Amino acid sequence: MTTTRTKQANDRWNWLWEWANPVKFMSLSARALPWVTAITVVTLVVGLVWGFFFTPEAAKFGSSVKIIYVHVPSAMMAINIWVMMLVASLIWLVRRHHVSALAAKAAALVGVVMTVIALITGAIWGEPMWGTYWAWDPRLTSFLVLFLFYLGYMALWAAIEDPDTAADLTSVLAIVGSVFALLSRYAVNFWNQGLHQGASLSLDAEENVSDVYWQPLVICLVGFVALFVLLLLVRTRTEVRKRRVHALEMRERMSDA
Amino acid sequence: MELRVEGLTVARGGVPVLEGLGFSLKAGEVLVLRGPNGSGKTTLLRTLAGLQPPQAGEISLPPETIAYGAHADGLKAQLTVTENLMFWARVYGTGDIDAALSRMNLVSLRDRPAANLSAGQKRRLGLARLLVTGRPIWLLDEPTVSLDTASVGLFADCVRAHVADGGAALIATHIDLGLEAEILDVTPFRADPDAARVQGAFDEAFL
Amino acid sequence: MIALLMRDLRLSVRAGGGFGLGLAFFLIVTVLVPFGVGPEAEILARIAPGILWVGALLACLLSLDRIFQLDFEDGSLDLLATAPVPMEGAVAIKALAHWLVTGLPLTLAAPLFGGLMSMQAPGHWWMFVTLLLGTPALSMIGAFGAALTVGLKRGGLLLSLLVLPLYVPTLIFGAEAAARGMAGLANSTPLLMVAGITAGSVALLPFAAAAALRINLR
Repeated sequence: MTTTRTKQANDRWNWLWEWANPVKFMSLSARALPWVTAITVVTLVVGLVWGFFFTPEAAKFGSSVKIIYVHVPSAMMAINIWVMMLVASLIWLVRRHHVSALAAKAAALVGVVMTVIALITGAIWGEPMWGTYWAWDPRLTSFLVLFLFYLGYMALWAAIEDPDTAADLTSVLAIVGSVFALLSRYAVNFWNQGLHQGASLSLDAEENVSDVYWQPLVICLVGFVALFVLLLLVRTRTEVRKRRVHALEMRERMSDA
Repeated sequence: MELRVEGLTVARGGVPVLEGLGFSLKAGEVLVLRGPNGSGKTTLLRTLAGLQPPQAGEISLPPETIAYGAHADGLKAQLTVTENLMFWARVYGTGDIDAALSRMNLVSLRDRPAANLSAGQKRRLGLARLLVTGRPIWLLDEPTVSLDTASVGLFADCVRAHVADGGAALIATHIDLGLEAEILDVTPFRADPDAARVQGAFDEAFL
Repeated sequence: MIALLMRDLRLSVRAGGGFGLGLAFFLIVTVLVPFGVGPEAEILARIAPGILWVGALLACLLSLDRIFQLDFEDGSLDLLATAPVPMEGAVAIKALAHWLVTGLPLTLAAPLFGGLMSMQAPGHWWMFVTLLLGTPALSMIGAFGAALTVGLKRGGLLLSLLVLPLYVPTLIFGAEAAARGMAGLANSTPLLMVAGITAGSVALLPFAAAAALRINLR
């Protein structure tokens, strides 16, 4: 029974794992931050201003359709962030890189906010479109379930004191949760289709939107991705610092004992 | 059959508590662990029992040889003495509990629910569990807590018989059991919190 | 392994509450719903499969934290972890014990309670079948959630929060299969999905739960 947790042998992906060293991560992310900030501000300002003020009003929906520029990117990010958390969790479980676990933790809050934004903008948009703020449409329902997954994940992080135990357990939850999230998506589709035949309420953005609306939307999508990367970097840096404080405190306590 | 430990570092909550520990325990030997409260004796025993991974170093022992006796006895208050013991005997695939009951002086209590036992009687039942495991190496964490003098003598006799039978015991305790035992004081192995960390220690990267 | 199953069953019978509590809760839900909804037989019969499924799910949730918490507190989980029993097997056995004292009684009671909800003939049968197929998954998923939260103070509420979204697919397919069966529609798809979720959970979740337990015991 030998357990030694040393750094893995050098391999050709080493340049990537270098990032996972907290010290290295801090210096790299500090250098990247101004650039990411700039990209975020430029794309979001251009995309949103273009989308809100320089697109024609849609014949049927009026200006309410413009909420698409917040709704679609946030919805997309809500799902992608969960996928990113899953990947980060797997990396933590396999390679035990602390930054990976902390990045997953940092991403969760951004993810839950994106989910809430998607739900709220969806409700606001739904009122003029479908005449109701909430319908148990498969997509809306899936997002509600996703919201619950985010809440559970964050609550588990918050409940466990030891940071490495928390990282391990939340990673296991992320993996199992992903499987059940996929199942839920399928189940919800099936369930609603079972209630009212056909006629989905959801509007499929990509199919029905013409180029005039599409171009600013793409910029908004890029902007939201950049915004996520920005928030992720800032929050991960905070988590790394918190861990450093925690480590120092533990060392203090041990030397007092 | 031998438990051998080399260069072992054990950690509690990610912080090393004992470092560079090395000893060996052969059949027929008793090793008593000494050290102040919080010095890492329990952590060491839990690591040896396989409940937590060591941070560094090597533990070599034959498989399926360890019986771990923790602070808590793992008794179910709603079950009788016999039922509690029988459960562990079945889990370890032995099945005979009469010898253990009589050696721990529990025969007259055998049908009493564990809820109605005194603290010392519970402890004796907890120790009787070791006898039914049939495992040669006992790892005991403060086994004599809440035992009276007579019961401590009873327990010491058990350990003596176990060792004479080719077993071995690693006991963390503060009292003198009157056993022929080597004594290992863990104090010199206490991890220096300000020292450079071993490679891969949890928080090393953050300091 | 059998020793562990027998011990858990004996404990839940002696400790009281094991059998009774979930079943009593299930009965309360079934009795309260008509008071809230009104006595019209048609409405009650229409919502019966859903209500019974939700009631069974909540009754199951009620006793989840007992799966590992008691063993953790009195130290027997530590001792079990060092015993010659694979942790995965111990988890599966404990989930099975939980199912035998909650899921199975709920399944057997559901057709009777369906009567309280004005359920009609094939409905009873389908309630029984869907719950029989679905409740093992509820116990197994619950055991996974219990393993995640075992060391925590006030882990009960967190456990519910973690487990609820995991229960969604089972609930949807189970209730849907029961409702369709009751209405005389084809329900093999949801039925197979429930069976699949149960099979998958029983096959894979013991590993995840055992991993979580080992992390928590560390």
